[in-house]
Amino acid sequence: MDQKESVRDITPWDGTLSSSDFFSAACAFSEKWKRFNASVPPWLWVPSRKHHLLSSHKEEGYLSLEGMCLIKSSEEQESCRSQTWKEESSISQEEEAVENATLVQSSCDEVNHYDFHIVYSPSYRVPVLYFRSYHSDGQPLPFGEIEKDLPDHSAKIRSESKWTFITQEEHPYLNRPWYKLHPCGTSEWMKLLFLGDTALNKNGFVIEHYLVSWFSVIGQVVGLKIPLGMLETVSC
Amino acid sequence: MSGAATVSSSEAHKLVWEGSVPLLIHLHDSEVTTLPPPPPALVLAPRLGYLPLLISQLKPYFSTTLPPGVDTLWFEYRGLPLKWYIPTGVLFDLLCVEPERPWNLTVHFRGYPSNLLLPCEGEDSVKWSFINSLKEAAYVTKGNCKNVMNMSQSDQVELWRSVLNGNLESYQRVSSKLKLGTFEDEYTENISAVSTASQQNSGEADAAAQVKSGRIPVRLYVWTVTEDFDDLESAPQIDNWDKISYINRPVEIQKEDGKYFSLNDAIKSLLPEYFPGSSFDNLGDASTKQSVGDEGENTCDPDSSSLPLENAEIKLVRIQGIEPCLEIPFSWVVNNLMNPEYFLHICVCLKVSEANALQ
Repeated sequence: MDQKESVRDITPWDGTLSSSDFFSAACAFSEKWKRFNASVPPWLWVPSRKHHLLSSHKEEGYLSLEGMCLIKSSEEQESCRSQTWKEESSISQEEEAVENATLVQSSCDEVNHYDFHIVYSPSYRVPVLYFRSYHSDGQPLPFGEIEKDLPDHSAKIRSESKWTFITQEEHPYLNRPWYKLHPCGTSEWMKLLFLGDTALNKNGFVIEHYLVSWFSVIGQVVGLKIPLGMLETVSC
Repeated sequence: MSGAATVSSSEAHKLVWEGSVPLLIHLHDSEVTTLPPPPPALVLAPRLGYLPLLISQLKPYFSTTLPPGVDTLWFEYRGLPLKWYIPTGVLFDLLCVEPERPWNLTVHFRGYPSNLLLPCEGEDSVKWSFINSLKEAAYVTKGNCKNVMNMSQSDQVELWRSVLNGNLESYQRVSSKLKLGTFEDEYTENISAVSTASQQNSGEADAAAQVKSGRIPVRLYVWTVTEDFDDLESAPQIDNWDKISYINRPVEIQKEDGKYFSLNDAIKSLLPEYFPGSSFDNLGDASTKQSVGDEGENTCDPDSSSLPLENAEIKLVRIQGIEPCLEIPFSWVVNNLMNPEYFLHICVCLKVSEANALQ
């Protein structure tokens, strides 16, 4: 275990983390993601714009995963539709390989592009997932279409949990409308998540693992899977 | 209002709730289909309100000249589309550095710029945004939004109506049930009567120091200049939202013996990159400020050698249309100048060197 990580007692913890903890957790998360998810683009740390000239307080920023393409297979039955994520750059290469049967024959129109950002909320003291979707020509997708892209269990999670719902709000840094998973319930279910792990209860937990655990739940809502190997690194 | 030596809390609230901005609203040329074009509408907009709520007053002026189509209301000031979820008074304080009375705005009923602005479907959208902010404020102050979630339907309706109609009495009746006032217990009439003059005797300073630790919901709107400006007219025009740094971060009150927490302290605590010497640092646990990871390929860039910044200078602070003395106890500002959703909105102009300016 990395000696720089600090172990904390679970009992008084309220499920939140500080801004500097978020930065540490973001570094740990993106590093593990690269290690376990090499075929997928990495999460990049984007320092917030006003700091781009300065190297102090670079800790303020967000994680970004952009250019993910959702390929819809041409299954006749909606229920058999599989959700495949591909990196934007790999698609243009594959289009040249005509034999590739997993790609729908028609052009890029069928491909929806997604950008994901993980941004810290100082009010709620938790990470928040922001995302936006657009066609290849840059036209944003209406929410109805985004909903069709989301995995089947996403609607279930969102309707069952009063804590998880999608809203449209302005991106905290980019002055544009983005979608986000509302953070008001995050601290509660994060605490439950950690409390449910007996190993953590006994040995305390490491705050750098926060994002991995958080993403294992949030990712499901938008269909981004976390590799099992990555999850195993956070349970002792 | 600046220089008011003794303003009681109730007087201050009344003045804030009665505050309004006269608007002269012109229909955009592209939507005028009749000759002569309709004259602009003169409307008195409440500071604490929101622009889309003016539609019922505006529609009668322009309905006969609009081209066919569905109304999608939006406003702009000198080409800058206005964010409808920011209270009207804040927009005015921020964008109209030299206050223009009446404030000349352009209204559109067509062609909503949905790539730039959040969609707005009338009063419901504004109400949702308001309640959402109220929940956020509750979370900041109390650590949960149960009090807002558990409001009775009739209370919620009354709360929103009181904001719509600018009815302070009705608002106070419902909002007091939420118990969101951070300094309610600590501050009584004697504190709010503290003189805002720069000379304060030690007795008043002591009383002001009796503040419990806590978090205050604040929304800071910061724009920068690289040169001094002698008068507001020569201040640069904000023509792009990227020139404004929007900081939605709570102020953390630290209890310090013998010292009170001033408005100046509060603002500087939210801008540690510009005021590194400030004793109140809001960026989180000092214990975890260590460089993380040192592999060469780390996407988090391990370079932790930080260059100290030269101190910036606060040139202008505007809250509810006034420029308060920066040495006022922050608690007074919070108690008296807050918006109905329990957020304190502060517009700040900073003077910085060229390198540190917001592009």
